[in-house]
Amino acid sequence: MSSRDAILGRVRRALADVPREESPDDVAVARDYLRTHSPADAVETLAENLADYRALVHRTDTAGLPDLIGRLLAARGSRDVVVPDGFPAEWLPQADAVRWVQDTPEATPDELDRMDSVLTGCALAIAETGTLVLDGSAGQGRRRITLMPDHHICVVRVPEQVVDSVPEALPRLVPTRPLTWISGPSATSDIELDRVEGVHGPRTLEVVLVTR
Amino acid sequence: MSGTYLGMPAFPKAATLSTRNTRMRANLTHATHTIRDKRAAAVRELPDWAQLRAAGAAVKDRTLRHLDHYLEQLEAAVTAAGGTVHWAADAREANRIVTSLVRATGETEVVKVKSMATQEIGLNAALEAAGIRAYETDLAELIVQLGDDLPSHILVPAIHRNRDEIRDIFRERMADWGRPAPEGLTEEPAVLAEAARLHLREKFLRAKVGISGANFMVADTGTLVVVESEGNGRMCLTLPETLISVVGIEKIVPTWQDLEVFLQLLPRSSTAERMNPYTSTWTGTTDGDGPRTFHLVLLDNGRTDTLADTVGRQALRCIRCSACLNVCPVYERAGGHAYGSAYPGPIGAILTPQLRGVTSELDASLPYASSLCGACYEVCPVAIDIPEVLVHLRERVVQGGETTIRGVRTRIRPAKGHAAERAAMRAARWALDHPAAMRTGQRLAARTRRFHPKRLPGPGRAWTASREMPTVPAESFRDWWQRERGGKVTR
Amino acid sequence: MRVALFVTCVNDTLYPGTGRAVVSLLERLGVTVDFPLEQSCCGQAQFNTGYRHETEPLVHRFGRAFEGYDHIVTPSGSCAAMVRDNYPRMAAKAAAEGRGGTLTRVAESVVPRTYELTEFLVDVLGVTDVGAYYPHTVTYHPTCHGLRMLGLGDKPRRLLGAVEGLELIDLPGAEECCGFGGTFAVKNEAVSAAMGADKARNITATGASAVCTVDNSCQMHIGGTLARLGSSVRPVHIAEILASTKEAPL
Repeated sequence: MSSRDAILGRVRRALADVPREESPDDVAVARDYLRTHSPADAVETLAENLADYRALVHRTDTAGLPDLIGRLLAARGSRDVVVPDGFPAEWLPQADAVRWVQDTPEATPDELDRMDSVLTGCALAIAETGTLVLDGSAGQGRRRITLMPDHHICVVRVPEQVVDSVPEALPRLVPTRPLTWISGPSATSDIELDRVEGVHGPRTLEVVLVTR
Repeated sequence: MSGTYLGMPAFPKAATLSTRNTRMRANLTHATHTIRDKRAAAVRELPDWAQLRAAGAAVKDRTLRHLDHYLEQLEAAVTAAGGTVHWAADAREANRIVTSLVRATGETEVVKVKSMATQEIGLNAALEAAGIRAYETDLAELIVQLGDDLPSHILVPAIHRNRDEIRDIFRERMADWGRPAPEGLTEEPAVLAEAARLHLREKFLRAKVGISGANFMVADTGTLVVVESEGNGRMCLTLPETLISVVGIEKIVPTWQDLEVFLQLLPRSSTAERMNPYTSTWTGTTDGDGPRTFHLVLLDNGRTDTLADTVGRQALRCIRCSACLNVCPVYERAGGHAYGSAYPGPIGAILTPQLRGVTSELDASLPYASSLCGACYEVCPVAIDIPEVLVHLRERVVQGGETTIRGVRTRIRPAKGHAAERAAMRAARWALDHPAAMRTGQRLAARTRRFHPKRLPGPGRAWTASREMPTVPAESFRDWWQRERGGKVTR
Repeated sequence: MRVALFVTCVNDTLYPGTGRAVVSLLERLGVTVDFPLEQSCCGQAQFNTGYRHETEPLVHRFGRAFEGYDHIVTPSGSCAAMVRDNYPRMAAKAAAEGRGGTLTRVAESVVPRTYELTEFLVDVLGVTDVGAYYPHTVTYHPTCHGLRMLGLGDKPRRLLGAVEGLELIDLPGAEECCGFGGTFAVKNEAVSAAMGADKARNITATGASAVCTVDNSCQMHIGGTLARLGSSVRPVHIAEILASTKEAPL
C-alpha cells in the first residue's frame, strides 16, 4: 500500500466519530467578524500604518510623480534601477545619472544583487495593516526584483488601489498568481523579541501614494 | 547541547537544572514580557477578536473533520498547478523523500526557511548523513545552528540567547560556515542583523535548492502560504530552481477566503504586528518567476493518531504562533529545552505526547509540565483548550486506555512510576468518600499538631524544600460546626 | 432560599476559620446557611492529576450531599471551577465509555447551583458593601481558576473596595499564576518554587500587610513561600476580611 493510501486510510479511521452523512459545510463557521474595521479615511490609515512599520511615505499627483521619483533616487545616489515591464514610462523621471534596467527572466540573482533600487507598482494596498500586495502583473515584475535591491520604491494609486482590510483584499487577488505581501521593510524580532528593521529584504521601503 | 532531543531527561529533572540558569531565566523573562504586552495591545486593536478567534477554531475544525476530503482536493490542485505531491507517513519516510529529491538535483547544499515540520523530523541531520549541507537562514535558526544548539521557542528558536551571547556565537562560528563575522562586531541588534545579512547573502545567491514548510495550504486553490519577517523566506522561495516544502497534513484551510481569518489572527498573536513584513503565496510553479520545480511533502508523523482522539484533536488547530509560550509561567522559568521537543511550552506539552505517544519517561512527564493556570487557552488564537487536553493526557498516562499508535487502535497500560501515587490517590479517595474516616484523620492530625516536623521526608520533601507547612488547626470546620450548630452525625 | 456551604476539604481540615467566616458573613447578610455533613471533596486534585475514575465516587457524593439546596456556596475559586467546568466533562467522558447516566444527572443538577463566594455575594445577593471593617493595607492576588475559568472579573476587588478602612494596593503581575497548581507544586517543585518566589517578591514589593485571595489552596503555597522567605505579609482569605467587623474584628 502506498503511503498516500495509508495516510488517507488512517485519517478516515481517525474520523470514525464523524457521521458519514456530514459534509464540510455542515460544520458551522460563524462569519460574524467584521469585513472591515471601517477606517475613517483609508488612505490616511494606510499612510499611518506604513509609517508605523518604518516605511517612508510620500504623496503626490501623477504630474508630480516623475519629479518625486527622481528626487528619491538622487537622494540615495542610486545609479542602477530595476524597472519591470509595464511600469508607466510617463512616471519615469528624466535623470541622466540613472540607468534603467529592464527585468528579464535571464537576469541572475547576482545581477539583481548589484542593483541600487527597484521601482514598482502594486496590485493593491491594505489600509488597516499597512500592507502592499504585489502579484507579478504589469509594472510589478518578478518576485525577486523587489527583494534583492536594498531600496524599493512602490507606487500606489490612491484611492482606487486601497482597500480597508484583509477580508476586502483577498477576493480582489488572484490566488494562482505568486503574491508578495509587504508590510514595511524587512525586519526581525529574533534578538530578545525586540523588533529591528533590516535583514535580507530591502532595508528601505518608500511608498508613493499618488492621486490622479 | 548537541542537535538532538533524543535521550533527554523527564521534564521535572531538566527543569530543576534549567530554573537555576539565571542568565537563561533573565533572557526569557525579558523576551516573553516584552512580547506579552505588545501582543495584548495588537489584539486590543481589533474589536472583533473574539469572533475571529471563534471563526479560526471553526475553520480548523471543519478542516480536521473532513481532512481526507481536503487532502485529496489539495493534492489535485497542487498537481494541476505544476507541483508534485509526496506523502510521508513518518519522519523517516519524509527525510528519505527529501534526501532523494535533493540528490536528484545533483546539489550538495540547500537553503532552508524556518520550518517546524523539518525540525520535528530532524531533516538537517538526515541530509547531513547523506552528504548534503542544509543552511538555516532565519536569524534565530542561524544562531542555533552556528551555536550547535537546539531551538527553544517556536517563533524565536534562540530566545534563550541574549545579544551578547549572539555576538560571541557569530564571532566564533560564522567563519566555519562561510563568510566570517565583520571586524568589530558589536551586540547591537541592527549590527547583528547586518552580519547575518552579509553571511547569508552568498548562500542565497548560489542556492539551487530551497526547503521550506508552510503556515497554510489552501485546499481549493493549491496555494501555499509562508508568513515571515526577514526576507530569508522570500529568498528561499523564489531564487532556487527547486523548492521542496515539507508540511504537516493539518496545515490545510479549505478556501482562499478562509485566509482572511488567519492572516489577521497569526501576526497579532505571534510577533504582535498588524501584519508581518512579508507573506509569500504560491500555487505550483510560475513560468519565469521562481522555482521551476516544486515538491510538496505531506507529513503525517503522528498527526492521524492525534486526530483519532476526539479530545486531543483540537491540538491540530495550532497555527504555531507561540502566544501560549510567551504567556506561560512554566515555560518562562523552565525554558524551552526542558520540553525535549521541537514543540516546547504549553502547545508542546499537548502536541509532543500525542505525536510521539506517552511511552517514554520524558513524554509521559510533559502533560504535568503545567500548573493549569489557563493563560495559554486565554491567548490561543484558535481557542485550543490546552488545560483540558493536558488533563486528558494525564489520564492517559496514569490510567492508560484506548489510544491510536501509527494508525492502530491500541489499549495502553498505565505508565510505570506512578504506583505510589496511584495508591495514595485511591487511599485519599476512600477517605474522602468516608467522612467518618476523614474526621478521624483530622482529629489525629489536630492532636499531634505540636509534633509535626518543619521539613517532611519522602514525597512531602518536595513541598517543604521551598515552603513552610500550614499549621494544622486545633479543630476542623466539621467539628466546629457540629459542636456549635449540633449538626447530626452522618455515617 | 436554602443555601448550603461547601467548605472544601482543604478548608475543613486546614483553614476552618475561612469556613466560620463564610457562615458569619452570610448570616450577617440574612442568609441561613446549612452545612451538609455528607460533603467531603470536589475531587479536583484527583481529576487534575489524571485519576478521573477515582474522582467519580466523589462527584456522586457531591450530588447526594447537596441535593435539595437552592445554592451551593464555596469559598474556593478552583473548587467551584472544578464543579462547573469539569463535572460536565467527566459526565461526557463517562457517557462515551457507556456509563453516562447518573454522572450526567449530578452535573446537570449541581452546575447551575454552584457559586464561588464572591459571585454569590455580587450576583445572587446583589451586594458589594457587606458592612465589613478591616483597617489594613491589602493586595489582592486573583487566583487562576477564579480569574480565567469562573471569570470572576472585578467582583472580589469591588467587595474589597467597599470594606471600611481597607486600603487596596495593586499587585504587579497580579494575573500570573502563583505556581501552586495542585500536585504540580510537588511534581515540578523547582518551577513551582520559582513561580512562588516571584509572586512573593511582587507581593512584598507592594508594602501591603496582607495578601488576599479567593482560594486557600493557592494561599497555602503563597503563604508557605512568604514564610520561608521570612516575609511578614499575612495571607488572608477574602471571606475572613469580609466577615471582619468593628464589633468583631479579625
